[in-house]
Amino acid sequence: MTKEISLEHVWVEFGEFTAVHKANLNIAGGEFFSFLGPSGCGKTTLLRCISGFQEPTRGKVKIGGEDMRGVGPNKRPTALIFQNLALFPLRSIADNIAFPLEVRGVDKKTRRKRADELLELIALSGQGDKKVSELSGGQKQRVAIARALAVEPDILLLDEPLSALDLKLRQHMRTELRAIQKQVGLTFIYITHDQGEALTMSDRIAVMNKGKIEQIGDGKAIYDHPTTSFVASFVGENNVLEGTVLSNDGQKMQIDAGLGTPFTVESHPAGGPALAPGDDCHLFVRPEALRISKDESSINQFESNFVTEEFEGNMRHIVMNANGKDLKLSLINDGTNAIDANAPVKLDFAPEMGIALKPGELASA
Amino acid sequence: MKMKSPTAMIPGLYLTLFFAYLFGPLIIMVITAFNSSSFPRVSPWECFTTDWFGKLAADDKLLAGLGNSLLIGVGVVCVAIPIGLAAAITLSQVGPKLRAALYTIFIAPILVPGVVIGLSTLIFWDRIGTLFNAPYESFFYDGTFLTIFGQVTFIAAYSMLVFLSRIQRFDTTLTEAALDMGATPTQAFIKVLLPFMAPAIGSATVLAFLASLENYNTTVFTIVSSSTFTTVLSSKVRYGLDPSISAVAVIIIAITLIGAIIYECRNRYNTKGWAHVVADRPVLKVATHPGTVAVILGLLALAAVVFIQNHDSSACTAQILEDKRALQQKLMEEQSLNTPQQTVPAPTMPNLGPLGGDEGGASAPSPFGNSIFSPENLGTSAPDGQ
Repeated sequence: MTKEISLEHVWVEFGEFTAVHKANLNIAGGEFFSFLGPSGCGKTTLLRCISGFQEPTRGKVKIGGEDMRGVGPNKRPTALIFQNLALFPLRSIADNIAFPLEVRGVDKKTRRKRADELLELIALSGQGDKKVSELSGGQKQRVAIARALAVEPDILLLDEPLSALDLKLRQHMRTELRAIQKQVGLTFIYITHDQGEALTMSDRIAVMNKGKIEQIGDGKAIYDHPTTSFVASFVGENNVLEGTVLSNDGQKMQIDAGLGTPFTVESHPAGGPALAPGDDCHLFVRPEALRISKDESSINQFESNFVTEEFEGNMRHIVMNANGKDLKLSLINDGTNAIDANAPVKLDFAPEMGIALKPGELASA
Repeated sequence: MKMKSPTAMIPGLYLTLFFAYLFGPLIIMVITAFNSSSFPRVSPWECFTTDWFGKLAADDKLLAGLGNSLLIGVGVVCVAIPIGLAAAITLSQVGPKLRAALYTIFIAPILVPGVVIGLSTLIFWDRIGTLFNAPYESFFYDGTFLTIFGQVTFIAAYSMLVFLSRIQRFDTTLTEAALDMGATPTQAFIKVLLPFMAPAIGSATVLAFLASLENYNTTVFTIVSSSTFTTVLSSKVRYGLDPSISAVAVIIIAITLIGAIIYECRNRYNTKGWAHVVADRPVLKVATHPGTVAVILGLLALAAVVFIQNHDSSACTAQILEDKRALQQKLMEEQSLNTPQQTVPAPTMPNLGPLGGDEGGASAPSPFGNSIFSPENLGTSAPDGQ
């Protein structure tokens, strides 16, 4: 059983500080939805609004169409997985998992049976009598999930649950979380500052900055077609060039970025704010979209000089300098991309790979 | 063996002195409990006796005081622990500014002298009692009630400090997690916070009970016409001390030691290393079980009690008394020979004042001369402690 969630004009204010700025969104039942943003962007506050630990100053949080104002966290059909997991250290694994049943007055035998079922789900069968401290990080993670699932909530909320794990385990848990979500079919709301997690797991992502939801869309839309400068610079690596719009016919735009000939890019297909001739703009080109020109007459070509290279095995991360502006370049190490460090190199990018947006706040690196 | 350099011996010397300073008085006190001398002292050793324990058991005033003290101790624990816990929880939940202010208020009773607390408790409840026209038999004037309330004011603050140090390590997300999983706030408190606080509650209980038991400054005012262990002891010190006080000390030390040994055994028994050692040695496992240790110590204590009850030192004490009388006789004779011109009549009672009775003080010339201030005069005029 899953329920949809809708946030209607949700504001959260702490005194003078606005933590959440008019959040408006709908999350469908069974969806894996992520909130992505830097720390302090209000994503955890929003999660606490949904779980009931924080009442919105204004606006409504609806779960399954019901207004949740005044409903405490213990009465909501949500289960929250905390950043530090919040497993009870003095209880055994089975007692941890059965805790939600225990407080509902379920008898001991039924509790144990359910705990064993869930232990099986998370592949920890027969380890119910262990202490929390005897488990590894990934196992604790799974116990926290099992505990949240014990009373079959409608919505599972996850607050950066993977941030404490090492890289390998994190990647493994991503797949596992996604698999569990598919298996139990619940609505998952996932909070993270790690774009890799958001992009790999989510059906849809809301990118947040300073309490505002900047963009909502699936991973591809967020990465390929960001609608604000913040999203473009926060999600993935991006080179940003400051320029001026010369013309915009709705299909193509001409932009003068101070690197010789004006660049031609596609007008924004996702319906971002329209740019008129004369407007200032930020032109974003991803490091993997920049390439070394193979022929002299290609479009969007400019000259640059080699600065430094970082070798990563399969990829080469190169920094080039074009007219005083450092640009990052990611090339596949397939032996075809030799760069002469002592002579100017011509670079270009395809018109559909350049994204021109209204100048706005950029994510700090 | 190589001689150690003098500087290398300093830590050892320091440790020796430190422990001598710490345990010396206790050891002396324990020894005095078994000396038949009527003042608690080690030398001269007279007879090994257990009579002081008998005297203690017959001391109704002290036993009544002890009973009151235990009752008050239990009362103080019951009131102070919940108050201290509530204060600690409050402090852990309020904002930093309010916390600083509240902390100062909560801690103030520790800084106020016990005498002031005692007096003010007495006056406060007297005023309240007067307000309600309560009779003198009512609890407003009851020593036990007043003492519990007086002691709770600062013992609650002590226990709050114990709770605070523990609660600062509490992860508040655990409570949130419990609430999120459907627990009511009461369930979250009982099932999550209380188990976490259990060790602190244990130590705060012991601390509060002991602080109550040994308190004098406040109690001496609030106890009114009743008495506690400490007030009885202090009045004994004032009106003449005998080794039954040492006997009390022996009993208290014995109880503490037994408790500490059992506790320590339990700790060591539960370590992983020891579990490994006794894994295939069932006899050793049973022998070192804290329960076994407790039974053995209990039997030892019981044996000591039986021994104390049955030991008879009357023959020896009679002998000592006889020796003293003979010595006295001899001294008196010498005195009358040496100072035939003395006009003051020689003491007729055996001059066995509490301090240095054996010397008699007669052979040495008194620095006070034969004035009214002469210590010899004290021996005759003061009522004999024996």
